[in-house]
Amino acid sequence: MAAILEIFAAIPYDQILVQTVNGIVTGMILALVASGLTLIFGIMDVVNFAHGELFMLGAYMGVVVLATTGSFWLALLLATLVIALLGAALQIVTLRPLLGRDPLTTILATFGISLVLQNYALWQFGPVARKIQEPLTGGFQLFYLEYPWYRLMIAGLSAVIIGAFWLFLKYGTWGIWIRATTQDRVMAQAMGIPVPRVHTAVFAIGAGMAAASGVLFGPLVGVNHAMGLDWVLKAFIVVVVGGMGNLGGSIAAAIFISLLEAYASIWVSPAQAVIVSFAVLILTLLIRPTGLFVPTPK
Amino acid sequence: MKKRSRRAYWIGFGIILALLAMAPLVLPEFWRRFLTEILIWGLLAMSSDILIGYTGMISFGHSAFFGLGMYGAAAALLTVNPPNLWLAIGYGLIGAAGVALFVAYFSTRLRDIYFAITTLIFSQIFYVIIFTWTEVTGGENGLTFRRPPLSIPWIYSTPFTNETLHWFVLAVVTASYLILRRITQSPFGMVLQSIRENEGRTRAIGYPVERYKIVAVMLSGVFAGLAGVLYAIQNRFAAPDFVYFLVSGETVIFNVMGGIGTLVGPFVGAGFFLLLREAFSRFFTEYYLIPVGIVFIAMVIFMPQGLVGFGRSWLNR
Amino acid sequence: MSAVHTPIEALVTVDNIHTYYGKSHILHGVSLYVGAGEVVGLLGRNGVGKSTTLKTVMGLARSSQGQVLLAGRSITGLPAHTLARLGIAYVPEDRRIFRFLTVMENLRTGLDRHGVTAARKRELLDKVFTYFPVLAERRGQPGGTLSGGEQQMLAIARAMMLEPRIILLDEPTEGLMPRMVSQIGQIIGALHRDGVAILLVEQNVPLTLEASERIYIMEKGMVRHHCAASDLKVNDAVIHQYLGV
Repeated sequence: MAAILEIFAAIPYDQILVQTVNGIVTGMILALVASGLTLIFGIMDVVNFAHGELFMLGAYMGVVVLATTGSFWLALLLATLVIALLGAALQIVTLRPLLGRDPLTTILATFGISLVLQNYALWQFGPVARKIQEPLTGGFQLFYLEYPWYRLMIAGLSAVIIGAFWLFLKYGTWGIWIRATTQDRVMAQAMGIPVPRVHTAVFAIGAGMAAASGVLFGPLVGVNHAMGLDWVLKAFIVVVVGGMGNLGGSIAAAIFISLLEAYASIWVSPAQAVIVSFAVLILTLLIRPTGLFVPTPK
Repeated sequence: MKKRSRRAYWIGFGIILALLAMAPLVLPEFWRRFLTEILIWGLLAMSSDILIGYTGMISFGHSAFFGLGMYGAAAALLTVNPPNLWLAIGYGLIGAAGVALFVAYFSTRLRDIYFAITTLIFSQIFYVIIFTWTEVTGGENGLTFRRPPLSIPWIYSTPFTNETLHWFVLAVVTASYLILRRITQSPFGMVLQSIRENEGRTRAIGYPVERYKIVAVMLSGVFAGLAGVLYAIQNRFAAPDFVYFLVSGETVIFNVMGGIGTLVGPFVGAGFFLLLREAFSRFFTEYYLIPVGIVFIAMVIFMPQGLVGFGRSWLNR
Repeated sequence: MSAVHTPIEALVTVDNIHTYYGKSHILHGVSLYVGAGEVVGLLGRNGVGKSTTLKTVMGLARSSQGQVLLAGRSITGLPAHTLARLGIAYVPEDRRIFRFLTVMENLRTGLDRHGVTAARKRELLDKVFTYFPVLAERRGQPGGTLSGGEQQMLAIARAMMLEPRIILLDEPTEGLMPRMVSQIGQIIGALHRDGVAILLVEQNVPLTLEASERIYIMEKGMVRHHCAASDLKVNDAVIHQYLGV
């Protein structure tokens, strides 16, 4: 009996709660990145390896705009728009010609794009990390530390963006077009929906969301040319665990995995906490390959 | 193959082999080493071709096989004294085979894109393990070791010279090529290709597709590991960078540039890529990967059959 | 033969098309035409290429030879979404409604077009809900929850949202109960009265003969017989020969 009480006493409740908040914060950003990825895959069967680079370039754009205008919000807005346009351009130039070909080719093409974008960033901005100043400083007392307001703001903003996107999908004309095209591309065309343009739009939206995540995440870590790599890997895990093409699933999976990682980092180093997400992936593949959070197995 | 084209093939093969063998005698050391590296990376890419080109499974996990081969060799060379070449190869192959078995288990459950992403993630898992398990793997800094002597067990032992190393690599690579060529042209190889063309139909005919896939992955993994061993011996170090998925990505690039499903293509692709990189790095210093990347993308779009494929169709005109 | 709709004046002309699926040569030079406002039936056994013909007209299958004309202008090779905007609507064999979209959203895929005023949209919806009251009842339900017959109605209603000049109808009565079959017949009649041309592929011979003005019969990827519907009766020797009924 005493042993059980001892175990309970030893559980670091305050750390767990702090990490819960951390997990949700990171989870929301991851959800934002993964949403774009899963949408792109769901609608056009493209595995966008360059997604992490769009995230990274978004962050860099944020740095640049912030430096010139001093406004974080302007940075967020412009980065999203510019990278969305970049995404559209990339899709039109490199992915449209590959429509109808082996899906292998799109993986390769986006991998090539990621190489080019990464080295472009290295070329333009150099290897030294940059910093984005958070728009909101200070924090509140959460147990043993002063928890930055900004982190809560990130979570909130991500939720807002995802929510807005969900509404757009549900009610807008383009939202219907996107959903119809995702379900049945051929029939969508037969109904007059301009499918090639819908594809470009979705890619652009995904790119924009990744860029926004980059700007939001920027103040938490340094902005450098390699930051996309870790994120794209994690985002892929989230997409597979959540069910490819399943928007709700990705969001749930993102938060789930981030929470687990946050908890794990109480006991192990962050570099090793990553193994948690790998473990979840392996479990998913073994138990339910179509996705842990898919409501009914397809 | 028709009698005449078969003869032409072997003549061509012989000529190329002779040229490659003469290389260390005529080329400056830098280019000799460059050539040896092309052979090693070509071997890695060729192993990947078994999966991509013949079985129709894209793998981004070859860096794991390569890395385990490398670290396996390192283990043998660091733990057993005196360092033994064949033991290094043995350890490396076992290490790679182990990873391949792990990956193979999952490969049979996933199709196409899921498999590709999963192999990518697996190679990252191994990267993280190797990177963080500093006591065993040397972590970020990797491991350094001495090059073992070229030895025929119990009979003869002599340290490698640059030339003999090159010839050893050439011999191993050539043998691997011939073995893989034999395999791909065998009934087993035919089944693999049928899986690539239409997996459902192959299964419907009655072939145990899963088992074939597992064998294909193991085969691919073992030869990739062999490439890793050769690299370790050539360069005398093992580093986690080689387990990073970018290596897998480059491997796939070699495949595509050279031509998938050709076995020779990967070597052409590796050579082409490394030459491009060498050339561009003289003009663009650090950011040569930008034009190289653009060339790659252009090739994916306009020359999907790769250089070898393009050359073949050009010859057939 | 009935009213003079020569191929030159026809709304849709199919001229010697050859369509392949991979290496299979499905259509071996199919030619037919549909006049404005005409109902034309396309009969034939399973697998002769009737659906493929419709798909080729709709731009969903590529013809390697020959051409398709809309009001005299070549539309060969144009993508399906352009053809839908030009006035060709397609109701496929398995209905293919968007299962996860609601009935209303399904209709909107055709309704949300350039240059359609809100008033016109309401008119179109009213018309469709008059023809198919059950769709009005279920307008908020996901398409996948509808019964087979209701899905067929939704598929036709959806096509009507495009205000098409011609509807390509592929086996609308397949798998439906007799009561629904006659309903389909009535709907075809109503569409005909509205001036919409219809190219009707069907296995149900009586319905087709009743609804159509002209009939084409296909066999092995080619048109083998062409006449007025009134020239054929249900137990005609011709019908026996090509359809084995």
